[in-house]
Amino acid sequence: MAQVATTAETESKQFIDYQTHPDHYRHWQLAFDGPIATLKMDVNEDAGLKPGYKLKLNSYDLGVDIELYDALQRIRFEHPEVRSVVLTSSKDRIFCSGANIFMLGKSTHPWKVNFCKFTNETRNGIEDSSEYSGLKFIAACNGTTAGGGYELALACDHIILIDDRSSAVSLPEVPLLGVLPGTGGLTRVTDKRKVRHDLADIFCTLTEGVRADRAKQWRLIDESAKRHEFDEVVKQRALAMGASSNRPENAVGVEMTPLRRTIDEAGYHYEYVDVVISPSARTATLTVSAPQELPADDLDAILAAGMSWWPLQMARELDDAILMLRTNNLDVGTWILKTQGDASRVLAADASLLRHQDHWFVREVIGMLRRTLARLDVSSRTLFALIEPGSCFVGTLLELALAADRSYMLALAEGEAAEGEAEAPKIALSELNFGVYPMVNKLARITARFYGEEEPIAAAQAVIGQPLSPDAALELGLITMAPDDIDWDDEIRIAIEERASLSPDALTGLEANLRFGAQETMETRIFGRLSAWQNWIFIRPNAVGEAGALKVFGTGSKANFDWGRV
Amino acid sequence: MSINYSEKIPNNVDLASDRTLQRALERWQPEFINWWGDMGPEGSNSFDVYLRTAISVDPKGWAHFDYVRMPDYRWGIFLNPAEAERKVNFGAHKGEAAWQEVPGEYRSNLRRLIVTQGDTEPASVEQQRYLGLTCPSLYDLRNLFQVNVEEGRHLWAMVYLLHRYFGRDGREEGDALLERRSGDPDNPRILGAFNEKTPDWLSFYMFTYFTDRDGKFQLCALAESGFDPLARTCRFMLTEEAHHMFVGESGVGRVIQRTCEVMRQNKVEDPEQVRALGVIDLPTIQRYLNFHFSVTMDLFGADVSSNAATFYTTGLKGRYEETKLGDDHLLNSNTYPVLQVQGEKLVTVYEPELNALNERLRDDYIKDSIGGVERWNKIIDKQGIPFRLTVPHKAFNRRIGPLSESRINPLGEVVSDSEWQARQDEWLPSAADRAYVASLMGRVTTPGQFANWVAPPPRGINNQPVDFEYVRFN
Ligand SMILES: [Fe+2]
Ligand SMILES: [Fe+2]
Repeated sequence: MAQVATTAETESKQFIDYQTHPDHYRHWQLAFDGPIATLKMDVNEDAGLKPGYKLKLNSYDLGVDIELYDALQRIRFEHPEVRSVVLTSSKDRIFCSGANIFMLGKSTHPWKVNFCKFTNETRNGIEDSSEYSGLKFIAACNGTTAGGGYELALACDHIILIDDRSSAVSLPEVPLLGVLPGTGGLTRVTDKRKVRHDLADIFCTLTEGVRADRAKQWRLIDESAKRHEFDEVVKQRALAMGASSNRPENAVGVEMTPLRRTIDEAGYHYEYVDVVISPSARTATLTVSAPQELPADDLDAILAAGMSWWPLQMARELDDAILMLRTNNLDVGTWILKTQGDASRVLAADASLLRHQDHWFVREVIGMLRRTLARLDVSSRTLFALIEPGSCFVGTLLELALAADRSYMLALAEGEAAEGEAEAPKIALSELNFGVYPMVNKLARITARFYGEEEPIAAAQAVIGQPLSPDAALELGLITMAPDDIDWDDEIRIAIEERASLSPDALTGLEANLRFGAQETMETRIFGRLSAWQNWIFIRPNAVGEAGALKVFGTGSKANFDWGRV
Repeated sequence: MSINYSEKIPNNVDLASDRTLQRALERWQPEFINWWGDMGPEGSNSFDVYLRTAISVDPKGWAHFDYVRMPDYRWGIFLNPAEAERKVNFGAHKGEAAWQEVPGEYRSNLRRLIVTQGDTEPASVEQQRYLGLTCPSLYDLRNLFQVNVEEGRHLWAMVYLLHRYFGRDGREEGDALLERRSGDPDNPRILGAFNEKTPDWLSFYMFTYFTDRDGKFQLCALAESGFDPLARTCRFMLTEEAHHMFVGESGVGRVIQRTCEVMRQNKVEDPEQVRALGVIDLPTIQRYLNFHFSVTMDLFGADVSSNAATFYTTGLKGRYEETKLGDDHLLNSNTYPVLQVQGEKLVTVYEPELNALNERLRDDYIKDSIGGVERWNKIIDKQGIPFRLTVPHKAFNRRIGPLSESRINPLGEVVSDSEWQARQDEWLPSAADRAYVASLMGRVTTPGQFANWVAPPPRGINNQPVDFEYVRFN
């Protein structure tokens, strides 16, 4: 992970798309063998996402990660029979050498941060599927496993390193580049693998890394295998780890049909998600719609609906919208979250999700919603939810308002709505608001909102399913403010304008600090590290100055540090 | 609740169809009336007062005279007519269309400017609330009440902006304007001068001459604002402010006139002898002048101010007559002279012009205020008395900013603390001066009669005779 860039600070106006298909993969081979899926990293060094660098030695850029994300999605939805996933490489003696340094050197700072965030999310997604979906991940490190390559391995449940007396795992960022292994590397070494801190200290300052025996001793890997037995050991391990999976044996997968999406001047448009961008106000209005009719409820119908089952299609669209905005609209700093449609249909979908939550497909749909909402939480954009007449912030969609930095609900006097006038908006909770969609801090948004205090959480629980007026919502602490119709326009306009005028960097820090509350988890530490320490190091002269370590990497010159400690 | 708004509250802001405003005022107006009852002119609620009411902004309507009981006064909301295609005329937004709504980015600074200005309006009513008990004539009593109701209207003008443009925050600030009290140590008015007492009529005249003139300059600077409703509101307020300054200038002038007449008739010059004749000696008038001038100097704020720079750069508050000035209206390169004490001397240093905008407005004010003082001197000259009133040096008796750390006499010389202590009674009204002036304050309520210490005005109000019954006590 790195930066250089003073001359290359202008990102070419190239449109990044996260939609792909195995037929178009340039960097991965995805193969299925009964309960085992094998994902072989086979980076095409000439197929970087942007010009100007070669993806040598199985190093990756965003394009490689977009394919990995797609592959994981296909394993989840199209291959319910898969119980374990082997991540390995098709290259000889090299598993993965991490993010491409020259790509990072050419990238702007925002590009790097966005890239690292997506990379983190994809790795968190691997762990998410291990925890919830009965998918076990085996890193079969068939050669050098360096930097981001080892970080990818760390995201897996089990790491097997080839014992060929030369392959090693390493996190050489500090000695080689003067930055941190910031995409989860440091954090997973301690939090997940429980490597003793003094050993981790040595490990993280060793350019050449650690070979199999010592790596095993230090808990950096779980297992090693000689070259001749490597494939078999990996296979047996995969079978053994998959044995306890509760994924179905004879189920038929659901094909991941492409999203139907229109992109135009105004924004990104999907069936249930619409994004309208105001370039001058630097806002994007994301409107999520309820289904047009009651969504399928019995399992056969749900499976028949497949990708077009409302909760899944909506989640995929929202996920794509978030990624598009994050990558392609950097200066759109405020996202205004709205919903529209029949709340009862949203609650009906919630009931179906709850009733069938143990079915593999519904479980994956819930997972998709969970990860998408978590992606919203970690987006470095201001989130304001506007709860207006005709909206349906209920159950799953209420999570949008709970994820927001602030939520404004229009207060209209009860029962006053004359013919043709809008009814006061209502919100409602469903069971799904109480733990099905944890944030990266592993807490339900409601739990995090109230810092785990029993009373307000119980009060919210007591009104599950009931339509809540603005007063009631305010009383329960579920919304921020309920301006009435007279104040609404000005209040909202001024709040948004005022927000848009504040320092985007300070807001990113502020929002990340406030959203996740007191409880830290490995994930929050990973995101925290990324946005604080790593970003700080990335812009310091010791990394990116004329003689900074990143700047001189590959030139043969020696970095020239300012020795003052900060 | 159905109210005929344009009848009850004369306005040119379409109150009748503005629900935001109606709702806010429905709550605020009764609170205002309560405040007026508690803190308005003492014991005046049943008086019929010959007052001017603004019922529209055109020349015919802005000065409508009739008897009215002050609690029934029709406090109205008026903005000067909009200037077509008005632009922001200075600062970083120069050349952009003037804002018709509050730009979210500047909400808090704009609110602060409006609240600070708005707070002075009820404050002066509170400061002046007992003066009616010692009025020197019905004519003066009426003028006092006119100033008071118009300060009340100025409060309305600022509250209008808060209610119309600042939502819930604005309503809360509107309430707070009625909750602070001049001179209350727990809950004071925002600016120092507005917590001072206005204990006697000489103070009142001085206050309306000097301190209302600060109001004029602040309003002029705000009348340049890029926030158009503020600019238009302030322009209209200026027409009323002019009358307040007239009350001050003519009031002080009449005191001087009377003193000089008595001095000439009795051929006395010694202040003690002058006092023995029941009029206010000229040195005492000078000391009152020194006091009010210096207190008002402080209202312009710190000599070097980053807030003033921010307000300017962001287009919120301009300079006096901004649009008539011939520079770039950005002020990024020039400097402006500011005073500093170095060693034992007051010296001029040059600060970036943008940071010296308070000082510049202060200087503009001084130029303007000297005019009236010269007219007062003419009155003295006419009586052939060898005495001249002067405004003190602007660094004299400052309580705000770096100059407040030194003792500076009215000539602008740095003096020691001991000299200050020894001589301050020469420069500022002493307790004895104030006691003397207080001793003169009686209550004259017969039409056409005036207290001994003040001359009658040359003419009455609105072409009425001087002995017109300007106030009926019922
Ligand atoms: Fe005023
Ligand atoms: Fe005034």
